[in-house]
Amino acid sequence: MTMNYTEGAPIRDTKAPEGPIEDRWEKRKFSAKLVNPANKRKLHVIVVGTGLAGGSAAATLGELGYNVTSFCYQDSPRRAHSIAAQGGINAAKNYRGDGDSIYRLFYDTVKGGDFRARESNVYRLAQVSVNIIDQAVAQGVPFAREYGGLLDTRSFGGAQVSRTFYARGQTGQQLLLGAYQALERQIAAGTVKMHTRHEMLDLIVADGRARGVIVRDMVTGEIERHTADAVVLATGGYGNVFFLSTNAKGCNTTAIWRAHRRGAYFANPCYTQIHPTCIPVSGDYQSKLTLMSESLRNDGRVWVPVKKGDTRPAAQIPEDERDYYLERIYPAFGNLVPRDIASRAAKNVCDEGRGVGPGGLGVYLDFADAIRRLGRDAVEKKYGNLFEMYERITGEDPYTQPMRIYPAVHYTMGGLWVDYDLQSTIPGLFVIGEANFSDHGANRLGASALMQGLADGYFVLPTTIGDYLANGPYGEVDEDAVAEAETAVRQKIERLLTNDGTRTADSYHRELGKLMWDYCGMERTEESLRKALERIPELREEFWKNVKVSGTADELNQALERAGRVADFFDLAELMCIDALHRTESCGGHFRAESQDADGEALRDDENFAYVAAWEHGAEGPVLHKEALEYEYVKMTQRSYK
Amino acid sequence: MNLTLKIWRQKDPQDRGRMVTYRVEDVSPDMSFLEMLDVLNERLILEGDEPVAFDHDCREGICGMCGMVINGVAHGEQVATTTCQLHMRHFEDNAVITIEPWRAAPFPVVKDLVVDRSSFDRIIQAGGFISVPAGSAPDAHSVPVKKEDADNAFDAATCIACGACVAACPNGSASLFTAAKITHLSLLPQGQPERESRAKAMVEQMDAEGFGGCTNTGECTAVCPKGIPLDTIARMNRDYLRASK
Repeated sequence: MTMNYTEGAPIRDTKAPEGPIEDRWEKRKFSAKLVNPANKRKLHVIVVGTGLAGGSAAATLGELGYNVTSFCYQDSPRRAHSIAAQGGINAAKNYRGDGDSIYRLFYDTVKGGDFRARESNVYRLAQVSVNIIDQAVAQGVPFAREYGGLLDTRSFGGAQVSRTFYARGQTGQQLLLGAYQALERQIAAGTVKMHTRHEMLDLIVADGRARGVIVRDMVTGEIERHTADAVVLATGGYGNVFFLSTNAKGCNTTAIWRAHRRGAYFANPCYTQIHPTCIPVSGDYQSKLTLMSESLRNDGRVWVPVKKGDTRPAAQIPEDERDYYLERIYPAFGNLVPRDIASRAAKNVCDEGRGVGPGGLGVYLDFADAIRRLGRDAVEKKYGNLFEMYERITGEDPYTQPMRIYPAVHYTMGGLWVDYDLQSTIPGLFVIGEANFSDHGANRLGASALMQGLADGYFVLPTTIGDYLANGPYGEVDEDAVAEAETAVRQKIERLLTNDGTRTADSYHRELGKLMWDYCGMERTEESLRKALERIPELREEFWKNVKVSGTADELNQALERAGRVADFFDLAELMCIDALHRTESCGGHFRAESQDADGEALRDDENFAYVAAWEHGAEGPVLHKEALEYEYVKMTQRSYK
Repeated sequence: MNLTLKIWRQKDPQDRGRMVTYRVEDVSPDMSFLEMLDVLNERLILEGDEPVAFDHDCREGICGMCGMVINGVAHGEQVATTTCQLHMRHFEDNAVITIEPWRAAPFPVVKDLVVDRSSFDRIIQAGGFISVPAGSAPDAHSVPVKKEDADNAFDAATCIACGACVAACPNGSASLFTAAKITHLSLLPQGQPERESRAKAMVEQMDAEGFGGCTNTGECTAVCPKGIPLDTIARMNRDYLRASK
């Protein structure tokens, strides 16, 4: 096999303390240096992104007394895409007495991640989860409650206990508004300075430290320099590399990709989560895909016709001619198997020719049994807004006919490499939430993204960043470094605007996305990845020669914004394919067709791949640094949900 | 479908602005309204024109970023729907559709259909929160909350701050937006300590931003994509009066 990368020295997380796993976070909190309250004001932190991670981090750092500057590309910090998370947030409260515990949440998350996450990080996440619920309730987050006044919970994929707290189908919205309100309170108090409609276009690195960002004011087009003692990236995931995903239209990789180009290692870029329950694509004009919450799998039953090419309407297919394939193949977890498994199963039945709806790219998610058992009212109370959303988009009524669903790109487990302190390989650059790679291994369990974002922002980062800031302030920033970053940004904009091509950025993005979905999507092979690696550079070259961007640099210019983002997606796509090609095992969301067991399940290769792949941007191509993963507590086994 | 669009074009806040007519052809009824505009914009870019600027992000009806006045109605004529969730199957073939930005003095036009809604953020800054530093919260079960209160608080809390209520109100009032937040927090036991100061500060900020007063016309709730009920405004007024005594 020819290599498209070189291998560098192994990398280690030197910040996680030793000793019993339950004491490690306590130890780190105690060993982290503190900053005297009077000094905090003199320490300036930039936080980019205002979702659950960035919003909660900026609010908490402001509250602690640091001098914070926050940026978001939307018109208000409340619009970050965390707002769209539907189902819920996990926490090891064991309010049900159903056998849950911090250890069990830790165990489920390590196993769910297919043994590709760090034990220390995941254990801390499970510990902190209980504080998040307390914090959110105190802020007025209106979680669902039972008649006794206590909090309600539900079950989610990959777990056999009921530990998911929720606010109807709008949990992300309610948690984000909690963080947003805390942030606005700090803005009013003057501890946080907010810049909306600003997009980060480069990272300033001076004397080996992250010292600021170059941003573009998206209204005036002005290029601004902001310097600080530390930079926190909370800019979310890169699922939009596929063009069609459940991400918001504006979600992009530019912030973390620019940081990568400046020296931050990018870990496990190929780990993408394909969510099993999304509304299928309806036409080639489609601009995004919409998720139907995983919580629907609590009561919905997934099936396809037994016969291939059965085009009868669902209602006319008798019970014994339906294949409830998840219940059949995975009797222990049934419809609640983890996302990677449910997605692949859907792909398999569709590949067999048993898919439903236009193009045969869909499976049924059927609520008829739930409606019979619980009554329409009860189903409406639980899922009403989701059913409405489905009806609005498809024009079909899910109360009387089953939903049609199909997997879609939803979340990226990969991201910038961080140590236990959430610090990247560039000192002073911290990365939180979906933008880092840390806690979900090769597959994230449902209701764990909200947990991780808020754990990072409210509880972990505010402690660990203190250890770095305690040695600050870091003084004046080298002018040459700032000017160099600014010039690079200006040149890129100039180049995009002067190109007089014949295709729009969106049309290239669509083509790149299709290529990634076909060759680096739900199933990957050496052949498909090599094809992608041949085609991406060609397409990128064509993009730079032939893209057309109208308007000017000095105004609100949405065509320019998009073109800049697409340019970075090309480079990221290439690294994703290199990562996917080098990892010849299957694990979690990364399924290599060459590596499966006799039943077609993902087959890991722990002997050769029990490591985090941290990629350095090298002048001669990517350089791989391996961080070995060790499991002291959870024994590595082949995952089974049967 | 083939459509005629009359769209408000305004280069920047200083420009006077005007309606411009465009023709779009081969529109699929399954497209969302914004996807239909995407098709127009792709064409405009290739023709070297500037695409129509409009705000949007999640395109699933929850971020609150999109919003335009369609045929004179904020978010269009479909009930409880954001612009991004409006689909072309609700329009007739060969229809003429007018598309305008939110119009209200506290929402100045930035460009085309994009307006500045930062006044909403400032209303929240004035008091739309519960003051609770991270890490200081008691166990979540230490204070039970009646299910009914929690449900009603949730209903008010679903506001997405899109601003349709302001665009629809003949007075340009932000009462429904402000009342939704006041109601959400004042229904919960955790919101009690700051209940009066919150109502007072938020209402005063709303006035300071230049939003009009409420005269109970109810246009706001009629266009609200989340169906925030009008009685939240009565609750806001009660809390405000109590605070002003």
